[in-house]
Amino acid sequence: MHRLIAAFLICLPVLMGLSVASGADAQTNVPPQASTVDTNPAVSKLDDILRRQEGLKTADDAVRATETGDPDNAMPSTGQLGTLGGASDADLWRAFRFGKADITTQARVPAATTLIQDGGMWWLDFRRGPLQTIAIYLLGGTLLALALFYLVRGRIPIEGEKTGRTLLRFQAFERFGHWMLASSFVLLGITGLISLFGRTVIIPALGHEAFSSVAIVCKWVHNNVSWAFMIALIFVFVIWVVHNIPDRTDLRWLAKGGGLLGGGHPPAKKFNAGQKLIFWAVILLGGSISLSGLSLLFPFEFNLFGHTFSWLNGLGAPGWFGFADLPYPLAPQEEMQYAQLWHALISVILTAIIFAHIYLGTIGMEGAFDAMGKGEVEEQWAREHHSIWAEEIAGPKTTASKEP
Amino acid sequence: MKAFLIAVVAMVIIAAGAYQILEVINVSTAKAGTSSENVRLSE
Repeated sequence: MHRLIAAFLICLPVLMGLSVASGADAQTNVPPQASTVDTNPAVSKLDDILRRQEGLKTADDAVRATETGDPDNAMPSTGQLGTLGGASDADLWRAFRFGKADITTQARVPAATTLIQDGGMWWLDFRRGPLQTIAIYLLGGTLLALALFYLVRGRIPIEGEKTGRTLLRFQAFERFGHWMLASSFVLLGITGLISLFGRTVIIPALGHEAFSSVAIVCKWVHNNVSWAFMIALIFVFVIWVVHNIPDRTDLRWLAKGGGLLGGGHPPAKKFNAGQKLIFWAVILLGGSISLSGLSLLFPFEFNLFGHTFSWLNGLGAPGWFGFADLPYPLAPQEEMQYAQLWHALISVILTAIIFAHIYLGTIGMEGAFDAMGKGEVEEQWAREHHSIWAEEIAGPKTTASKEP
Repeated sequence: MKAFLIAVVAMVIIAAGAYQILEVINVSTAKAGTSSENVRLSE
């Protein structure tokens, strides 16, 4: 036994020496790799990480987008610390992030191969931050301004003596088109605002479960009532576009501010300049909302923003205002995100305009609601607010009506 | 206000009709973001 222990002790240094030599051989087989942490601009530094956490763009994204791995320069896969493939993990994640990786997925849907969508956080931050702030200030500010206007100006009365006679202002099919557009817009506005403010306002108030039911109903209503809005939009465009072509009468009307502030009633045809502005705002903004809405209804089917951004960049349009080029190309999700932001922003602007329209059509002006309510208006009202049209319909004023 | 009531009825009919049509032709926003229930891995 003693002999055996002695032999082991004698051989131990030899065995240890062989082991060290073997390790040395293994190290010398691997080509020396210099650290690229400080020299490779694609490697994230602390400053980059902090900027990204603050939602700011990092300076070297363009370089990073190209640093997605070169299989020829990769560590040999046979080495002790070799890679499993041609690119390092960092290269692969960069390729995911910048859409350069060749990805095959189980899901056969258009955007399934985008595993990391870098622009998504910007969209999320903007949607729950500035977009909601803009909506609150714009809609709240408009309501406040209208309330102040009402306090200062009061309800605009029919100034002359009422005749007791009425003029047919809008036929039944015109009122039908108006009300289908209006009722669908109101529903879309309410459901859209609930969707926009759900996470920040309604979930804290009602809880997740209650909001879930509300959100499902709102989504169904918003998606399907949108068709009624689009049909009505086309309908009112067809029936009223002839009456809404701008002319010289509108310039005179606008020069006098429509008589809203200074009093008096500038001459107007069937639609005055203010109504024409409302009409074109509804058609153009409503049309834009419809297009972006269709893009959202059929996700990834037709993309509006990438092509538009490319075209604007080609013109140099962003540079006219001191901005850098607009992003192009866009990931499929980015297309949807820009469509959602545009859809919401233009909808909020149109809603603010419609607030003013509703105000003037109801409590803001005596006799105005009858035009869409009954279809017939007091002749004196027509002579005051649409004098040219009233004269075409009813002839020159009689002694019962008084032109201001 | 007959025109208003008819317009609201028309809106409801159009909304329900649009939903039915999209169901029949198997188009939905949700399906554009998810895979079908029976995924064939060989494809």
